[in-house]
Amino acid sequence: MAASNTVGDVLRANGVSRRGFMKFCAATASMMALPPSMVSAVAAAIDSAKRPSVFWLPFQECTGCTEALTRSHTPTVENLIFDAISLDYHHTLMAASGDRAEEAMYEEMEKNYGNYLLLVDGSIPTGDYENYSCTNGHSHLSMLLKAAKGAAAIVSIGTCAAYGGIPKANPNPTQAVGVQDLIKDKPIINVPGCPPVPTVMTGVLAHYLTFGTIPELDKFGRPMAFFGQSIHDRCYRRTFYDRGMFAETFDDEGAKKGYCLFKVGCKGPVTYNACATLKWNDGVSWPVQSGHGCLGCSEPDFWDKGSFYRPLSAAYWGDAKTVGISAAAGAAAGLAAAALARGKQKKAQQQEEQA
Amino acid sequence: MNEGLYWQGMTLLDFARGPAFRWSVAIFIVGVIWRLTMLILAKRKRLEPPKGAPVAGGTKAVATRSTPPGELYGGLTTLLTRSAPAHELEKNIVFQHYSGYAWHISMFIILFLGTPHMLFFADILGFTWPTLPGWIITFFTVITMGILLVLFARRLMNPVLRKISTWDDYISWVIAFLPFLTGFMSVAHLTPFMDYETMLGLHFLSVCALLIWFPFGKLMHALVIWPSRYKVGAAFARRGVRA
Repeated sequence: MAASNTVGDVLRANGVSRRGFMKFCAATASMMALPPSMVSAVAAAIDSAKRPSVFWLPFQECTGCTEALTRSHTPTVENLIFDAISLDYHHTLMAASGDRAEEAMYEEMEKNYGNYLLLVDGSIPTGDYENYSCTNGHSHLSMLLKAAKGAAAIVSIGTCAAYGGIPKANPNPTQAVGVQDLIKDKPIINVPGCPPVPTVMTGVLAHYLTFGTIPELDKFGRPMAFFGQSIHDRCYRRTFYDRGMFAETFDDEGAKKGYCLFKVGCKGPVTYNACATLKWNDGVSWPVQSGHGCLGCSEPDFWDKGSFYRPLSAAYWGDAKTVGISAAAGAAAGLAAAALARGKQKKAQQQEEQA
Repeated sequence: MNEGLYWQGMTLLDFARGPAFRWSVAIFIVGVIWRLTMLILAKRKRLEPPKGAPVAGGTKAVATRSTPPGELYGGLTTLLTRSAPAHELEKNIVFQHYSGYAWHISMFIILFLGTPHMLFFADILGFTWPTLPGWIITFFTVITMGILLVLFARRLMNPVLRKISTWDDYISWVIAFLPFLTGFMSVAHLTPFMDYETMLGLHFLSVCALLIWFPFGKLMHALVIWPSRYKVGAAFARRGVRA
């Protein structure tokens, strides 16, 4: 894929109308919290942007992130934006494989040294377990370190690339880590989610095409425009939460009526993502709309934060054994204190009798 | 059930919900059982015969009234009589007395009828019960905080109250106030310089502080108020006077 044409050229060649393009730009500007006056600037920037060279390196992952992006039911402008970038390497999507594919990738990286975008999905095994995840005989750790050198910026797609995700879950058998744990000298944008919302992925790329910079990020390195508000605050079931109307189980009357899922473990109040507004599959649905509570998948270490079905307000207070041991210790201390008090009382009485 | 929380990558909220809570509960139980055991076993020796009730051997007690109250009767009666302000003192303590009622009722509504709180207890008890909408809980939270602030101001402004107040009173006040404040700030998203999860973590930690302080300070009155009232009533009845 050559990186010569502009994004606008590619979109027009694919039959995207001006109206469709402007709609996309307006939605993108809105998602990025830009004022309406910026829509034309966004459109002009994307239209004339030279197709940036992009490399997508899948590491220790399940391909869910790629699936989320490519399994849209209808081709969208977002898909075409992806076509419009010069996706020079993505071993799941490309036809070539083996040495030739890798050679081509490094050749393109050399040509675009310092200017290409590196997209990574999947975590990276480290230490003694580095070789547990390889492509064509090369460990993903070595591939990342090599590819990151010439990257203008890195986008960690999905929770695994961003924070280690499920492979990092306790006991982390491969000592997996996220990209930001290994690369410290490049701008990194985390787009977590399991998988991330496709529109968020394209939105981040659109931001890069428009401004040539990385967007404003939160404390976990996520774009504020998409991860600035919690699921709970944007949830269409929030009204039911406020009114105290909850589904008690997944098949009760409350669940059928679409009541709040807080009682069945929804982690929406402490999860930041754009699922509730952007949704998946062309805005068809998202987990809470499908009747399941939020798992908190865009938060670091979400897999190790207890049961998905445990309500957020239920603490890990202990168990019967802890309570029993504590009670026994308390009783022993009480017995000792009482014996001491009685002893003193007896002594005082004896002294009184003698006096 | 304590599955699944790990130290690695633990946030303040995880710490508060997990290890902090576990240790607080353990300290709470140790402290409460220790104090209760001590109180039950550290019995005072009765050197005097009862004056208000008949004694063994058929000897008639020195009765001050025609129907001498037994210890049980005296204890139970005192539970009721002490639950309203004494007539003679009513004018001076009526505000304190009934604001105490209002506070405790509001507190119990928040504690047991707020959905997140009910879920906390349901996790321990294994069953759920109906709860109230969030805005009602928020209303009562404001009431409780208002009453606590007024009572605190009164304690500071009243010379007698100020004189008899100890560190325990002030610490207990802060410990009792913080869960309401942090809970309200979490719900209302009043989270300056921090995010919502941190405030929620502080709410859990304020409850941890309450659990730790509870057995060792005046908050313990929650468990000993009724037995001690009964004991006072019973002891007075034994001496032949009305408590």
